[in-house]
Amino acid sequence: MPNQAKYKRYIWELPVRWTHWFNVVSIATLAVTGFFIGTPFSFGSSASDFTMGWIRFVHFTAAYVFAISTISRVIWSLVGNEYAGWKAFFPCVTAKGREKMVKMMRYYMLMDKEVPETVGHNPLATTAYFALFLLYVLMILTGFALYAQHAPNGIMHKSLGFMYSLFSDQGMRLTHHLSMWLIFGFIINHIYSAWLMDIKEHGSEISSMFSGYKFTVKKED
Amino acid sequence: MSKKKTEDVRTDVEQDLLKRDYSIGEILKERGVSRRDFLKFCSAMTAAMALPASFAPRVAQALDEVKRPTLVWLEMQSCTGDTEALLRSANPTIAEIVLDILSVDYHETIMAAAGHQAEEALDKTIAAFKGKYICVIEGSISMKDGGVYGSTGGKSHLDRARQVCAGAMATIAVGTCASYGGIAAAVPNPTGAVGVREAVPGATVINLPGCPVNADNLTATIVHFLVFGKIPALDSHGRPLFAYGKRIHDNCERRPHFDAGQYVEHWGDDGHRKGFCLYKMGCKGPATFHNCPSQRYNEKTSWPVAAGHPCAGCSEPGFWDTMSPLYKRLPNVPGFGIEATADKIGIGLAAGVGAAFAVHGALNALRKDKEPVEETKEG
Ligand code: HEM
Ligand code: SF4
Repeated sequence: MPNQAKYKRYIWELPVRWTHWFNVVSIATLAVTGFFIGTPFSFGSSASDFTMGWIRFVHFTAAYVFAISTISRVIWSLVGNEYAGWKAFFPCVTAKGREKMVKMMRYYMLMDKEVPETVGHNPLATTAYFALFLLYVLMILTGFALYAQHAPNGIMHKSLGFMYSLFSDQGMRLTHHLSMWLIFGFIINHIYSAWLMDIKEHGSEISSMFSGYKFTVKKED
Repeated sequence: MSKKKTEDVRTDVEQDLLKRDYSIGEILKERGVSRRDFLKFCSAMTAAMALPASFAPRVAQALDEVKRPTLVWLEMQSCTGDTEALLRSANPTIAEIVLDILSVDYHETIMAAAGHQAEEALDKTIAAFKGKYICVIEGSISMKDGGVYGSTGGKSHLDRARQVCAGAMATIAVGTCASYGGIAAAVPNPTGAVGVREAVPGATVINLPGCPVNADNLTATIVHFLVFGKIPALDSHGRPLFAYGKRIHDNCERRPHFDAGQYVEHWGDDGHRKGFCLYKMGCKGPATFHNCPSQRYNEKTSWPVAAGHPCAGCSEPGFWDTMSPLYKRLPNVPGFGIEATADKIGIGLAAGVGAAFAVHGALNALRKDKEPVEETKEG
């Protein structure tokens, strides 16, 4: 049978998987605590409680985890394998990449019936990931800029000085808040697509993020 | 003083100039201000400048010796609220001291002279003390159409500001309007109003925003000049760090309620009566740098949050536009109608994406793709 998914391949190296799951856990934590920071309930029963204090503490701790994880992934895109490399995130610059993107798009738009196979990242997905990465950077910059205001003229406040000229203070809050919803939009898409491709490609799309292995029909890309 | 009644105002101005040979200490003594009140004032100023209490004797010594500064106060597009804040000090003794130290040589609202006499006094002062006087500006400066929307004595505000600021040792922009344009600069800003820094780019400007300025911060800024002979350290918005170096939220007396999770939910509810945090009522304390919680207004009587009203963020640039709505935490999202909040848009977005994928999933389930086959062999 010519169409067998017969090659098992190690695609996702350990740092890729770890940063992925660190991002998942930290974003979930940040979203839950962030929601509370945005619209807190009056949980406190006495002025010596520390409900909001702890929730903000968790938000900021998760923020550091998230920032470190994101930076690590960027570093890995320079030293990791070809599937993890930064070039994978700009498929649109090569003719081959563009062709794959169009195929993928046609499949997603229910125009083509043939499932286009991808060994590493799907080129449409990597384009979305790059947009997501920009959202991460925005979240981290606005988050730390808001955070740094507790210690004006400290190192963090000074090095994020450009943020305060780009955004008004309230504009920064609004951006931080709205970008969370954009990330939610991505997550819905991401989980759905991973599930869809897991079913359609039979390539172990979902488990590959745990094991690192994917199964493919063709040997080469 | 001259015996002749017809003596013109010029002589008065000259008499006034002579007084400058006396130090502040001497003038205060002459006015009958007690040493005790003077020292109390010095301690208050030391605290306002965020210096340790041990500096108070040095401040007193410096003020004893230093010559009275020359100060001119110009009104631009303003409501005169800052002048009011300065004049309406509750405690007369301190107010006297403040006014004596400021010893305003030209102030359109409070001076006796009027018309050409007043203009002459201004010209004389800025010529005689070129490079040595302090200029205080209240109100924003109109820039549109060559600045025709505001003028005093036949001269546009812009021209006056250029002329007077150019010769000043330093210019103090009092209030939010003079600092950043204030309400006149709020969208759509029909007069092209800006703050002094933007109108006169070359001038040394210290911004003391706030609506109104806290008179103690103004006095402290001037005392800083007198004691240290230089302008205080400023932040990126040109505000003295001693008064604008910390966020309201980080010094607020309601902060323990914020950290505890005790919030006012509605006006006049139980939490409001108990003095809970005003975060959910739209408090802009987390976005605003000012020393209101410690310096307070009206001889340290109160300030908005102490009185149960959320901070409006009045000492931040563009506050009329960026801090609204006053009673909501986050701004409305532009382009989505007046009441659209970030969360409504977010829920809409998430629901839209979810629905789109649900439809996609359903369509996918219904059709047959050319799929890779089942069995998988290791490669
Ligand atoms: C994907 C990651 C993140 C999500 C989903 C998220 C979510 C949120 C949300 C919803 C809020 C409430 C905003 C409001 O209504 O005012 C918030 C507040 C905040 N977040 Fe994040 N956040 C994230 C990352 C970060 C990072 C990396 C930092 C860095 C320290 C950070 C720092 C803050 C701070 C300081 C606030 C309080 C803002 C204020 O003073 O009002 N966040 N976050
Ligand atoms: S009242 Fe305002 S400034 Fe004070 S703690 Fe609450 S949010 Fe912060």
